[in-house]
Amino acid sequence: MTATVERAPAASAAPPPLPRRRRRGRHRLVVLGFLAPALLGFGLFFCYPLVATVFFSFTRSDGLNPPEWVGLRNYVHLLTGDPVARTAAYNTLWMVVVLTTLRVVFALGTASVLARLRSGVGFFRTVFYLPALAPPVAATLAFVFLFNPGTGPVNAGLRAIGIDSPPGWFTDPAWAKPSLTLLMLWCSGELMIIILAALLDVPTELYEAAALDGAGPWSRFRHVTLPSIAPVLLFGVVNSVILSLQFFTQAVVGGSVASGAAEVAGHSKNVGWPGNSTLTFPAWLYQQGFRYFNMGYAAAMCTLLFLVSFACTVVLIRRMRSAAGTGEAR
Amino acid sequence: MTTALGAPAARRTARPGGGSVLHWIAVHSIAIALGLMFLLPLLFMALTAVMSDQQTLTTQLWPGEWRWENFAEVFAKAPMLSYLGNSLLYSGLATAGMLLTSIPAAYALSRLRWRGRNLAFFAVVAAMLLPPQVVAVPLYILWARLGLTGTLWPLVIPYLLGDFFSIFLLRQFFLTIPQDYADAARVDGCSEFRVLLRVILPMARPGIAAAALFCFLYTWNDYFGPLLYAGERPESWTLSLALASFRGLHNVEWNLTMAATLLVMLPAIVLFLFAQKSFVKGITFTGVKG
Repeated sequence: MTATVERAPAASAAPPPLPRRRRRGRHRLVVLGFLAPALLGFGLFFCYPLVATVFFSFTRSDGLNPPEWVGLRNYVHLLTGDPVARTAAYNTLWMVVVLTTLRVVFALGTASVLARLRSGVGFFRTVFYLPALAPPVAATLAFVFLFNPGTGPVNAGLRAIGIDSPPGWFTDPAWAKPSLTLLMLWCSGELMIIILAALLDVPTELYEAAALDGAGPWSRFRHVTLPSIAPVLLFGVVNSVILSLQFFTQAVVGGSVASGAAEVAGHSKNVGWPGNSTLTFPAWLYQQGFRYFNMGYAAAMCTLLFLVSFACTVVLIRRMRSAAGTGEAR
Repeated sequence: MTTALGAPAARRTARPGGGSVLHWIAVHSIAIALGLMFLLPLLFMALTAVMSDQQTLTTQLWPGEWRWENFAEVFAKAPMLSYLGNSLLYSGLATAGMLLTSIPAAYALSRLRWRGRNLAFFAVVAAMLLPPQVVAVPLYILWARLGLTGTLWPLVIPYLLGDFFSIFLLRQFFLTIPQDYADAARVDGCSEFRVLLRVILPMARPGIAAAALFCFLYTWNDYFGPLLYAGERPESWTLSLALASFRGLHNVEWNLTMAATLLVMLPAIVLFLFAQKSFVKGITFTGVKG
């Protein structure tokens, strides 16, 4: 599989031969016909809202009354006047750095173990992947329960092995983000499968040649495995960064359920509980836009989020484009 | 790249790491330890789901009495069947709509030649990677004007106009189908539509199955979308959305919460066990190489 752009032969073989120009016009119509619904969707649900978001970000709007132009005021407030937004940005940045690093390393580690197994690969692959199937809300509930500081099995186990004061996990501001990270690692099976496929795809001759040259396991990993799977690792990094940037569900549900509030989780006053430690940037954006209906301000946050994630997208597309350019066919 | 996963056995003989018994034991021990780490949370959930509510307040892990009726009680505590209906409506319609519109688009992006095709493909990638929160404000206002907030239609309708991730996945898959078959059909005078219908579709069945599975699961698991549009109106809640508030709103203990959680997980796990190959293939295809 490659993202290589293949050369489709011109759809020219069909008799009877029409004049060239008419044929080309008809071909265009066919292409347009195939693309029409998706093109409409692209305009309505990608282009329009992107442009509109930028427009709204310069206005004060509650979504009902006509928006009122306020220039850069939303951005000034976002960057200088909103300490909660700063906390939220910090939390999201924390997830981007820690979660991305650990997720890629963990997926590479588990995939390497699978690649080395001599028997039972299918069985272990299924087991390792299974948690990735759990709906995020369900997995979060499970983890809040398992890591319940008083009665949860994790702390019961920790006490049994002699750790007298195990962490409060989801209820402790210092441990809430690490707990969410553990949850995300538990569910990282998809990336593992992608990396496993890349590992199994490394030509075995390369390993044999390296072994003949007397390369040890580390040297083989460093000089054979790593360069071969580098594109897939880059995909994993970009994928994980974007995942962390839009990190919402687990943080909102985790905070709300751990606080024990009797509310609709996403509408909780306890979003970010404990002590705003799980308040991610998208969660604060959601609160501002859809709880307080400061839609202009929320749009400014959206624009900022878009700029950062778009930069990551460009990295990935550049990478794909250069591969397409060199025609790396496999 | 995909074939490697289908038949790892053939390639394993020459893998690095030597063939000593010690090595075998070491690798398998690590695999078993990791396997326990992945499985134990699921096991603890299942055990808790059949406990009495008194016992969930203790640190005992093994159920004192097995209360299978907990699963039935979940349905009595909350209108689970209504949530299930909403989830099925959202996931079912979205998946059907996605297939109808994304397959032709993916075909045009992979098997037809036209100017601007590469650019269009990169636009698909950009749209696919866009965080859903970025476009939420104007879309919410749009759907509110149309009077559709409070329902799941704002989530279903976009799928009727193509889903970018599915288009991407299907395109990657269509590229692996040899051109010769389509060319032969074209020589026989088939229109592009017939080529797609008669030649490509039957050969792309595993890829289409993977795209449908992912679309179904993504919508089934979706929390942000239903929260945004239907959060205020419990009649429109999906299972994922309802589950998040299950414990808080119904004032229940962890046993029922875990029973409900397992019920919400069940469809995904059943789907996976029946279609494991499609899953693995589809996931591998998302890992764009180069």
